[in-house]
Amino acid sequence: MRYSYYPGCSLHSTGLPYDKSVRAVFEALDVELLEIDDWNCCGATAYMSVKETVACVVSARNLALAEPAGLDIIAPCSACFTVLNKTRSFVREMPEFRRNVEASLAEGGLSCRFDLPVRHPLEVLINDIGARRIAGQRVRHLNGLRVACYYGCQIVRPERAVLEDPEVPMALDDLVAALGATPVDYPPKVRCCGGMLVATCEDLARRLCAELCDWARHEKADCIVTTCPLCQANLELLQARGNGQSRPVPVLYFTQLVGLALGCSAEAVGLEQNLYPLKYDFPVLAEASSHA
Amino acid sequence: MPAVSSLEALPGEPGVFDKSEQELRAAFLAEVDRIPGGERLRRCIQCGTCSGSCPVSQATDLTPREVIALFRAGDLDRILHSRTIWVCASCYQCTARCPANIKVTDLLYALKRVALDRRVFPEKFPVYVLSETFAKQVRKYGRNFEAGLLRTYFLKTGVTRMFRQAGTAWALWRRGRLAMRPERIRGLEGLRRMIARAETFDRPPADAGDRKPTAEVGYGAIG
Repeated sequence: MRYSYYPGCSLHSTGLPYDKSVRAVFEALDVELLEIDDWNCCGATAYMSVKETVACVVSARNLALAEPAGLDIIAPCSACFTVLNKTRSFVREMPEFRRNVEASLAEGGLSCRFDLPVRHPLEVLINDIGARRIAGQRVRHLNGLRVACYYGCQIVRPERAVLEDPEVPMALDDLVAALGATPVDYPPKVRCCGGMLVATCEDLARRLCAELCDWARHEKADCIVTTCPLCQANLELLQARGNGQSRPVPVLYFTQLVGLALGCSAEAVGLEQNLYPLKYDFPVLAEASSHA
Repeated sequence: MPAVSSLEALPGEPGVFDKSEQELRAAFLAEVDRIPGGERLRRCIQCGTCSGSCPVSQATDLTPREVIALFRAGDLDRILHSRTIWVCASCYQCTARCPANIKVTDLLYALKRVALDRRVFPEKFPVYVLSETFAKQVRKYGRNFEAGLLRTYFLKTGVTRMFRQAGTAWALWRRGRLAMRPERIRGLEGLRRMIARAETFDRPPADAGDRKPTAEVGYGAIG
């Protein structure tokens, strides 16, 4: 199995542990990720909301570069996932807009048919590989670990990564449960973390993140798992400043948890790079240790 | 389905607008026409599901429902001078829940574009500075350089805010999560040519370049 891989800018900086753990998980599952050569910024929300054609052209360059390989594209960042998919649906629904995007791409000697699907790793893990197979390859067990599964906004709406109820998605909960951990009841699982408001309207973002962390504490969760680098950074950083009274909640990428269960080292999934590392000793499964 | 701009009147709309209001409406309708499904705006039943779903509605002066109502009433100016379009965090909850399938988030984007093109915002306005700085980074490197983006952004919007972020930067840097050097793509020349061409399709009104940002509006609490 092979996929094109679009890490996006965040995964080369604040989201480094996400990049590491996505690669580690797919390697452990024997799936090859081919990074799109010379990829550029997806355009991101900051651009999309201001200059539409420019944003879509910047984003389309990546789709064009991925096309020769002919593989489905994996985009782990929720914002990249949304922007790349939004570009695809805009050009498909608006012929004139498509001509403008194509004319712009041609200036750089590129063309694009826009037919390769852009997918989120959560959906790929569940649909192409399957929770059962992943669970079967476990080396460590997560029994007793209480996890708040946080989906955030952009993989459940408007471009749905996983085809299920956008109000109460369960894909991540099911995956976490298959690994042996306990997904806690987490009503704000699709509520907004504030996104880019962290830069433009920090107090508001802080209020939203505090609510998300309070819910997790209330449910006695050992950690929150996220599917997006901006959610992860916001939840970690905004609880780091202010809000000093409450115990900090570790915020992990879901791929870090999957990687640990599959036997990847804490270093391989970038666990020490989280601000609040998870305190849990991940015991080795009895069957796995007898094989060793 | 006819485009919004070709509709003679939307429900409840008064017949006569002054010249600047007509211009604003035309600019906004042109933007709305670019959104797939933008014509659904006229199907709004004012149920308020969007407002009830909005996680930042407590920080806005107009709820999404009011934005649509004001637009139909012809008061685009008040919308452009509100905080609402700038506080939207693009969570798409309103869009996902709208029973009339109106793409509320994309409508707010369209309004934001009209306000930015017409410079309806105060000096050193954070949202504007952030998106401009971001666009410059992409043109310069092809990728977003987070440390550089935030440095420029805080220098332009208020240095004291930058010092408040120093602890955060340190915490991230210590864990190898703050790249100190930008990554530059090889195909930069090609990307710049593409952007230059694309910009010809996103043209702001002819006189926007001469306009000064207008500072009289009520987004004081932002930033």
